[in-house]
Amino acid sequence: MLVHLHLPGALRQYAGGSGRLDLTAAGATVAELLETLGGAYPGVHQRVVDELGCLRRHVNVFVNGENIRHLSGVATPLREGDEVWLLPAVSGG
Amino acid sequence: MVSSGDILVLVGTTKGAFLFRTDPEHGRTEVTGPHFPGEAIYSLAYDDRAGRRRVLAGTESSHWGSVVRHTDDLGATWTDPADGNVRFPADAGAALTRVWQLTPGGDEHPEVFYAGVEPAALFRSGDGGETFELVRGLWDHPHRPRWEPGGGGLCLHTVLVDPDDPERIWVAISTGGVYHSEDGGKSWSTRHQGVRAQFFPDQHPEFGQCVHKIAPAAGRPQRMYLQNHWGLYRTDDAGAQWMDIANGVPSDFGFPIVAHPSDPETAWCIPLTSDGFRCTAEGRARVFRTRDAGESWEPLTAGLPQEQAYLTVLRDGFGNDGGDPVGLYFGTRTGELFGSADEGDSWKLLAEWLPPIMCVKAAAVR
Repeated sequence: MLVHLHLPGALRQYAGGSGRLDLTAAGATVAELLETLGGAYPGVHQRVVDELGCLRRHVNVFVNGENIRHLSGVATPLREGDEVWLLPAVSGG
Repeated sequence: MVSSGDILVLVGTTKGAFLFRTDPEHGRTEVTGPHFPGEAIYSLAYDDRAGRRRVLAGTESSHWGSVVRHTDDLGATWTDPADGNVRFPADAGAALTRVWQLTPGGDEHPEVFYAGVEPAALFRSGDGGETFELVRGLWDHPHRPRWEPGGGGLCLHTVLVDPDDPERIWVAISTGGVYHSEDGGKSWSTRHQGVRAQFFPDQHPEFGQCVHKIAPAAGRPQRMYLQNHWGLYRTDDAGAQWMDIANGVPSDFGFPIVAHPSDPETAWCIPLTSDGFRCTAEGRARVFRTRDAGESWEPLTAGLPQEQAYLTVLRDGFGNDGGDPVGLYFGTRTGELFGSADEGDSWKLLAEWLPPIMCVKAAAVR
């Protein structure tokens, strides 16, 4: 299943400079998409997901414009052609 | 570039690192930074072993996590380990919050570096700080699940390595206490006998002391100084027993303690009013110095504000450069950096309006 993953500027250096990755997810949820990301782009993955496999506190994932925190979290289902965004939350240094 | 004779003062703040390089011969200081703007820098270290002139930084992005980076050109370029280099293994059931301390592992093993982190754990690098591995002996200690976080988090903030025997290591944890290994980290036992825990019904528990900082005395590997969460101590037997040396300080609460790099009788501390009011006692910025291993302390005030000065200096906010004469430097949560070139007799404001200062490390370049 092909999903389009959009990266913020800060993470593109860990994906060969690309801002959009076309990923073939191993399964049908955001969690499985993140797993696929870990295999293909570990530098992006470890900045988004901690050692426990949890999405970092100040990282948001949007599926077709909806924050997954208001859907089913990382269990949110994905469909062919979905647009997924990784974005820093409203916080910072 | 860094030259022999330069003085480096490395300042970590909640919003980046600032590197001060002074050429004492020509009286020039240059500052670079902020490095990693917006990231919290709780740990910095200078490493001049094996011909290096390397600065290491524990950087923490509130979005993307924490890593250890280093520079060999005083900040012109930094490493950026793409896959992260301080990570708990999957079976540890923990995730890194931040790196609190970076400590070289002794001259005999110039590639060894230790990182003290939150949640409280020790990591070891065998490649000069490129990659780190969890020290299992401490992580698996039966006390570890019962350590509790202090106000700053559950952190392993101090790592001391015996310069004569790098297998001998001491660490300090808030709140856990002091732990010591004789075998390079394989096994650990407590070394905080005599250090009180004022926040427990039993003020001398087996473990759980909130030790804020330990500083090793020069040339006497059995002697160390300790600033506690209430209590100022010295040991002369490598931590087997600690003695109260709060003789004449306005408060025995504080965070940092600094030992003289060549005189084991001399140390400095910065008392704060209390745990409930963590500001310089009586609204006066005073460094206290002992010349007799804690039998007495004298206030050092020249050049420091003495009215309405409510400063906070954190556990790593006070350092010395190891030079001769020794230079002292401390930074505050209100962004001032003070320095002394005469062992504390007089002080100068070196910088102000920096972000809140978390750590100050200094080195006289060889």
